[in-house]
Amino acid sequence: MDIFRLSLKNIIARPLSSVLSLVLLTVGVGIISLLLQVNQHVRRQMDNNLNGIDMVIGAKGSPLQLILSAVYHVDMPTGNISLAEAEKLRHHPLIASGIPLSYGDSFEGYRIVGTNHDYPKNYKAKPVSGILWKQPFDVTLGAAVAAKLQLKPGDTFTGTHGLGEGGEGHDEHPYRVVGIFGYTHSVLDNLILTSLESVWEVHDHEGEGHHAHEDGALHPEHAGEHQEEEEADREITAMLLTFRNPLGMVQLPRLVNERTSMQAAVPAYELNRLFGLMGVGIDTLNAIAMAIIAIAGLSMFISLWNSLKDRKYEMALMRTYGASRWQVVWVVLQEAVLLTWIGFICGLIFSRAGLSILSSYTQTSYHYELSGWQFLPEEWMLLLIATGIGLVAAFIPAIQTFYINISKTLADA
Amino acid sequence: MLKTKSLHFAYNPHQKFHFPDFELRHKENMLILGESGIGKTTLLHLLAGLLAPASGTVQLDGTDFSGLSSGKLDRFRGNHIGIVFQRPRFIQALTLEENLYLAQYLANKKRDDNRLSEVLKRLGIARHRKARAHRLSQGEQQRAAIALALINHPSLILADEPTSSLDDKNCSAVSELLLEQAEATAAMLVVITHDQRLKEIFHNTLELSGYNTHAPLQQAS
Repeated sequence: MDIFRLSLKNIIARPLSSVLSLVLLTVGVGIISLLLQVNQHVRRQMDNNLNGIDMVIGAKGSPLQLILSAVYHVDMPTGNISLAEAEKLRHHPLIASGIPLSYGDSFEGYRIVGTNHDYPKNYKAKPVSGILWKQPFDVTLGAAVAAKLQLKPGDTFTGTHGLGEGGEGHDEHPYRVVGIFGYTHSVLDNLILTSLESVWEVHDHEGEGHHAHEDGALHPEHAGEHQEEEEADREITAMLLTFRNPLGMVQLPRLVNERTSMQAAVPAYELNRLFGLMGVGIDTLNAIAMAIIAIAGLSMFISLWNSLKDRKYEMALMRTYGASRWQVVWVVLQEAVLLTWIGFICGLIFSRAGLSILSSYTQTSYHYELSGWQFLPEEWMLLLIATGIGLVAAFIPAIQTFYINISKTLADA
Repeated sequence: MLKTKSLHFAYNPHQKFHFPDFELRHKENMLILGESGIGKTTLLHLLAGLLAPASGTVQLDGTDFSGLSSGKLDRFRGNHIGIVFQRPRFIQALTLEENLYLAQYLANKKRDDNRLSEVLKRLGIARHRKARAHRLSQGEQQRAAIALALINHPSLILADEPTSSLDDKNCSAVSELLLEQAEATAAMLVVITHDQRLKEIFHNTLELSGYNTHAPLQQAS
C-alpha cells in the first residue's frame, strides 16, 4: 500500500465528486483536442491542395465559391468562361502557367474533371497502374475513388450530369478507366480526371446530337477550320494560374475583375477570410472548453477541500504511523494530478471518438478521411495546462496538510 | 527504555504543564492516571514525539527526541512507537489489511504478510482482513486499532484512554488484551487514563495531580 495506491483509493472512495471532476475535464479536454485535430486536418488539407495555385479565374460570382469549387471541389461551380479569353490571360507576361479545368459531371458522387496533364503534375501524382488519359473518354482515377468504387484499368462507367448522385445519365458516352493514381493526400485522390475534350464532347452531343462527329467525318478537309471555330466558343469552368513573380498578385486580380467578363480569386486571401469567419466560432468554442476545464479545477478544489475536513484526522494518523509532511502532501497532490491525467486520457478518447464520427460524415459527403492517431504538440500543451490547473486546485489543501497540527487534530477528534 | 527528564510544556502563558520524571525499562508497563485537564493527552503526545516540549527531554532506547529533525522523528515514531487512540480511527478509503500495509509502508518496512496474519490472528480479527476497518463493530474496531499499533514491532506502545467508554467487563478484557499483546511483542506499555478501574490491573502507576504537574515529583509505585 504505497502513496500512489492510497491516492487512487481515495479517489475511488469519493465516486460522486471524482466523477463530476472527471466528466468536466473530459468534456473540456475533449472539445479542445477535437478542435485542434480538425483544425490541423483542415489546414493541412487546404495547404496541400493549394500547392502552386496563386490565382483562380472563373465566371463571375462569389470568389470563395470559385475557390472552393475549383481548388477543393466541394462547392458548385460559378459558371463557365470562354477558353479563348482564359488562354489570352494565360499568355500574359506575369503568368507562369495555367491549368484549365472543366467540370460539372460526376460518377457516384465523385467529380469528373476535364483538364490537361499539368493538373496531376501539379500534385505530383503519377499513375501506379495503367497510364494517364490519352483519348477522349479515357479516364485516370484518383486513388480514393478507385479504392472506394473498386474500379481497375479496363472498366467502364457512364457519368451523370451534375455533381450530386442520381443525376441524369450520359449513357451514350461511357468512360473507360485507363489508369489509377497513387495517393497524393490532396483533392486529386477523390477526382476522376479526363481530357477537356471528353467533357466538351459529352455536352456538345447533348445539344447537337451526333452532328459534330458526322460533320468532321464527312468533311475532313474542313476539320481544322471547324476545330478552330469551335475553339473560339469552347468553354471551361475555371483556370488555375501561377504567377511568374509577386507583381502578378498586385496587378492581375484587378485587371481580370475590371477588364474582363471573368472573375479572379486569390486562394490565399479567400482562405484567410474563410478562416477568419470560422475563427470566431472556433475561438468561442475554445474559450468555453477552457472555462469547462477551469470549472473542473474548481470542482476538484472543492472536492479536495471538503474531503480534507473529514480526512484531517487520517492525515494526522498517517503522520503517527511515520509519514513525513511531504508524504502526506504528496497524497493530496497526487490525487489531483491523477484525476487530471485520467480526465485528460478520457478527453483524448472522447476527441478521437468524435473525430471518427466526424470522419464517417466527411467521408460520405467530401470523400475525405480524418485520422486521429496523431498526438499534436498542442495536445502536450493541453496536458501541461490541465496538470497546472490540477496542481493549483490542490495547492491550498496541500498547504493545509503540510502545516497540520497533529497533536491538536488527534486531541480534537 | 523510556526516560523523561523535567518535561515542560506550555500551550500559552496560563496553561503550563510540568511533568514528573519517570523511567520505564524493557517489558515494563505503566499506568498514568489523572483527571481531565491535567495534561494527560499532552504527556502522551510528548512521549510520542507529536509535540515538542518547551524544555526537558524524552528518550526512547537511547534516542533523544529533541535531537531528531521533524522528518527523522516521524520515521522514528513509525518504527518504534505504536499508539492506540481513545477512539479507533482508520483511513476510511482502505480495508483493514490495507491500513496495516500502509502502516508498514510509512514506517519504511517491507510488506510483511506473516506479521500481519500473526497480529490479526492473535487479536481474533483475521476474518475481517478485507473489511473496511471503520465498518467493524466497536469491539472489533478497538482490536483493529491495537493491531495497527502492534504491526511494526514497536518498542513502546502508548494507549490513550483505551477503556473510558467501555463497561467493566470489556474494560478488563481490553486492558488484559493490551498487556498480553505488549508482552507478546516485547514492548513497553504506557496507558494514560482517568479510568480508576485500571489501577487494579497495573502495578506500576503514576498519578498526575495539580500538585505534581506543577512541581517535579518522583515516581510513585
